[in-house]
Amino acid sequence: MSQTFTLSPAELALRLGDDALILSHRLCEWCGHAPTLEVDLALSNIGLDLLGQAQFFLNYAGEMENAGRDADALAYHRDEHEFKNCLLTEQPNGDFARSIVRQFFFSAWQQLRFHELAKSGDATMAAIATKALKEIAYHVQFAAEWVVRLGDGTEESKCRVADGISWSWRFVDELFTGEDAALRPAWEARVRATLNEAGLDLPAPVRGITGGREGRHSEYLGHLLAEMQYVQRCHPNAQW
Amino acid sequence: MSSAATPTHSGSAMAADANGLAERVFTLLSAVPDPEIPVISLTDLGIIREVRPGSPAEVVITPTYSGCPASIAIQLSIRQALDAAGLADIQIRTELSPAWTTDWISEAGRQKLLAYGIAPPESAEARLKLKGDAPAICPQCGSARTQEISRYGSTPCKALWRCLDCAEPFDRFKCI
Repeated sequence: MSQTFTLSPAELALRLGDDALILSHRLCEWCGHAPTLEVDLALSNIGLDLLGQAQFFLNYAGEMENAGRDADALAYHRDEHEFKNCLLTEQPNGDFARSIVRQFFFSAWQQLRFHELAKSGDATMAAIATKALKEIAYHVQFAAEWVVRLGDGTEESKCRVADGISWSWRFVDELFTGEDAALRPAWEARVRATLNEAGLDLPAPVRGITGGREGRHSEYLGHLLAEMQYVQRCHPNAQW
Repeated sequence: MSSAATPTHSGSAMAADANGLAERVFTLLSAVPDPEIPVISLTDLGIIREVRPGSPAEVVITPTYSGCPASIAIQLSIRQALDAAGLADIQIRTELSPAWTTDWISEAGRQKLLAYGIAPPESAEARLKLKGDAPAICPQCGSARTQEISRYGSTPCKALWRCLDCAEPFDRFKCI
């Protein structure tokens, strides 16, 4: 299933880098708050993998832009409308079940998307994707296992994971805009298999909310950036 | 030996120089410990790809995980070791492709991990035979009656396991 993606490489690197950066930040908000120490470590570790991926993509985006900006400059010195992450990644953590569903939806998408990217003629993008796929395999497995554990658990946990699915579902369309639409059947099959194992099913179609890829974000991104960028905005280019 | 060397001769002399430099750098870095698992060296871990001749020559390294927080510490350690050995001109370059795999951990490295209490990753060959991850062998008592507690452990490269026989928890190096 090889296909060509017509986005400019710099724009693509920015999108994929921003996805990873923003979701990494969300995951790190769980640090010290997860239900158990093991889960705390897991979410932080997944966040760390994503942060590493973000750094590779954003450094490359900066290189292609050729205006002297590196990953740090792109992460800390852009405003909301300049971020190109999908809306799913910036959604607030909610409860643990909602965060797990968000992770499962995103990681399952990332896995399919990066399999395509690994075949790219752009050697740098292909190398980042090939490296990341090894990490993503663990992310998908971790999130899928939790979806099953919660869905197949108590009435309460099932209810919460169903709420998480319902919350996240309207942000799924955005993952499959443009040429990424071709990835949707494989994604739905993957997600359906896990949801069925959890005693759940794919929700009915809803009108999707999009805009993140064009820099139109939900109210949540600004708050996230305020926290993430605070030190660099107060003390621009501070080093330690 | 005449100094008016043929190109072939000069080429092989350069190759010999390059081999000498590579050997020297690898020997040097085999004494530099990994910052997070200090019982193994950077060469045991398989993250030193090659020494690329040129001016300047480059040590090519690769990260274990994309977000490995030890990457910066590793680069600093390499820089220090090179500088201390009078090789300040050598540059350090990070390359992602081909992606690092636990198969690049040396046999000596695996033995050192085991002695340190970390279950080493299985070889690619063993994984192929088992078609997936086998239970880890407890590094304390050698039992195969073990159980995964969490796929994520104290560093990105390790998972948490426990032994059902001696009841000790232990780290296992994840196979990637």
